[in-house]
Amino acid sequence: MKLTGAQIFIEALKQEGVEVIFGYPGGAVLNIYDEIHKANFRHILVRHEQGAVHAADGYARSSGKVGVCLVTSGPGATNTVTGLATAYMDSVPLVVFTGQVPTLLIGNDAFQEADIVGITRSCTKHNYLVKDVKDLARIIKEAFYIASSGRPGPVLVDLPKNVILDSTNFEYPEKVEIRGYHPTYTGHSFQIKRALDLIYKSKRPVAYVGGGVILSDASKELREFITTLGIPITMTLMGLGAFPIKHPLSLGMLGMHGTFRANMAISESDLVIAIGARFDDRVTGKVDEFAPHAKIIHVDIDPTSISKNIKVDIPIVGDCKQVLKGFLKEIRAREEETEKVKGRIKPWLEQIEKWKKKHALAYKQEDGVIKPQYVVEMIGELTKGEAIIATEVGQNQMWAAQFYEFNEPRTFLTSGGLGTMGYGLPAAIGAQVANPDKIVIDIAGDGSIQMNIQELATAVQYRLPVKIVILNNAYLGMVRQWQELFFDRRYSHTCMENIAPDFVKLAEAYGAAGFRIEKVEEVVPTLKKALSHPGPVMVDVIVEKFEGVYPMVPAGASLKQMLLV
Amino acid sequence: MKHTLSVLVENEFGVLARVASLFSARGFNIESLCVAETLDPSLSLMTIVTRGDEMIMEQITKQLNKLINVIKVTNLSERKFVDRELVMIKMKATRTNRAEILRISDIFRGKVVDVSHKTLTIEVTGDEGKINAMIELLKPLGIKEVARTGKIAMLRGTQ
Repeated sequence: MKLTGAQIFIEALKQEGVEVIFGYPGGAVLNIYDEIHKANFRHILVRHEQGAVHAADGYARSSGKVGVCLVTSGPGATNTVTGLATAYMDSVPLVVFTGQVPTLLIGNDAFQEADIVGITRSCTKHNYLVKDVKDLARIIKEAFYIASSGRPGPVLVDLPKNVILDSTNFEYPEKVEIRGYHPTYTGHSFQIKRALDLIYKSKRPVAYVGGGVILSDASKELREFITTLGIPITMTLMGLGAFPIKHPLSLGMLGMHGTFRANMAISESDLVIAIGARFDDRVTGKVDEFAPHAKIIHVDIDPTSISKNIKVDIPIVGDCKQVLKGFLKEIRAREEETEKVKGRIKPWLEQIEKWKKKHALAYKQEDGVIKPQYVVEMIGELTKGEAIIATEVGQNQMWAAQFYEFNEPRTFLTSGGLGTMGYGLPAAIGAQVANPDKIVIDIAGDGSIQMNIQELATAVQYRLPVKIVILNNAYLGMVRQWQELFFDRRYSHTCMENIAPDFVKLAEAYGAAGFRIEKVEEVVPTLKKALSHPGPVMVDVIVEKFEGVYPMVPAGASLKQMLLV
Repeated sequence: MKHTLSVLVENEFGVLARVASLFSARGFNIESLCVAETLDPSLSLMTIVTRGDEMIMEQITKQLNKLINVIKVTNLSERKFVDRELVMIKMKATRTNRAEILRISDIFRGKVVDVSHKTLTIEVTGDEGKINAMIELLKPLGIKEVARTGKIAMLRGTQ
């Protein structure tokens, strides 16, 4: 059967089980858009290409499926860069298709030409320029395979206009053969044994778990591993949801804004079991003083993550789910030792409990002002912790991480690695597309919400009932906090007071509902009203201006040097 | 410490750029890089000379392996290997130094590949030590230009 490149594109997406494309049309991709129209393929029209990538990202993180984008050449393609870099840092499976000028014009500085393959080389897992329509089906197959296998990540496929127009016999390959790409899934059994030997010998073990567990859908195995051994567990920002935060063995998040007990536990432990985490500088603080007394076991599917920042004693390359299964099998065979280690670490758990009592996560409730942490807590209560929470970046993100109780994987969407302001709203839109029956909330700041505010129109157009809660402190709060602490309160260019738009009117102008909360007693009733509203809502909560995120480990300090409330 | 890596890659456009941009993006340095097709025309072999301690070399090797188009990475410096470089040296040749240049060239088994009234171009192959020694000896006689290929290398025996 002879098909054009544009038709092959549609057929290949169908074969890959793609349900929806997030995109924005333009000259170079008109023929694909024509086929989308003819095939009645589901497509969400965003208002900016960056929004398309973040939406596909939110769709992917919340569902575990590959997110798909389609944009035009030149500016359409360059607008995807921040979204790609965001997804790359957080290992999110995406396939982004960009239009390109005809192959004969490539390199001629043609209209709307950009060397997007060159530009995105360092922020994609892999990228392709399709030069011949005969390669198109194979490349699409490979793109989906690479995006979703191993350590997942975004793949970009650049489609010159003539490739889209040309025809060839269509046959979708069943298998992928890439000579240089063979991810390791099963952990080495000898390494697992050695790691378990260390666990059984340890007195002060702590598990340190990251987004890898969520990406490999290993939460069930993780729960069994932790509860069987009775080991305390701390999670990174990306790991939140992998293990129930309410569980007595959970220490909450660690790192720069981690809990006192999590950071103390890491610092005092004699064995750190890192699973699907990558020792990011926001987690380790000063590298030389990270877990100074501990041996380190590191489970990760990406060999480059191992011994990159911290020297690892027992590396285990493999998929978190497979490796944890390997551990569980071994643990079952060594029941006696498991009971022994449980007894041995009792004093350690008591010590952790003492730390918890000494400095629990807290904030001071004051009369007459709304504390942002209180708003997040109330969102948690009203949704029973069952919502999908997206965040922007900054204080809003950290308060959401600290005060919303995440108990299930894929319920927390946040730009952890790149720290992209403007991520939350489009990600929430994508998550709502994937989860039409769930409550999806973007916890935002008055700064970052303005970075992709145009996507409110997308939510309204497709009747996606996302709820945006702006913790409005009239400042770029996190930067202001650093200026307060480290720059003698010289608030250089961080004040947004009196220059922000009226968010209620803005929401209404887009055709969404807008509410404002100015008093503490309005928080619960207005949030309730917003949550039960059938369409998209923006809630502008006027919160305490100078509230900070605590605990805080200053950049470059050791984890023990926490500034507390 | 200096390391010589042999990197087998897919012979496709953009692969060299991927390898080069990996080195620059991660702050690794490249002292020399040589690349050409292998017997199998779908593959290319790169010889990369770089520097780093154990941890950096581990990262370089892993990061290279992570590239989809990279098939195999061997750190030759961990084993016994031979390496060679081809150099062309254009000398300012005068009546007085011409004989001396030829004598030095002979000692190093160099070959004259071009000659004119004012110049003499010598071709020589060898390992780094030999080539540097020859260049040092020729310097006082007046070098006009040097072109080096960078190292190519191979493991010894049947390793």
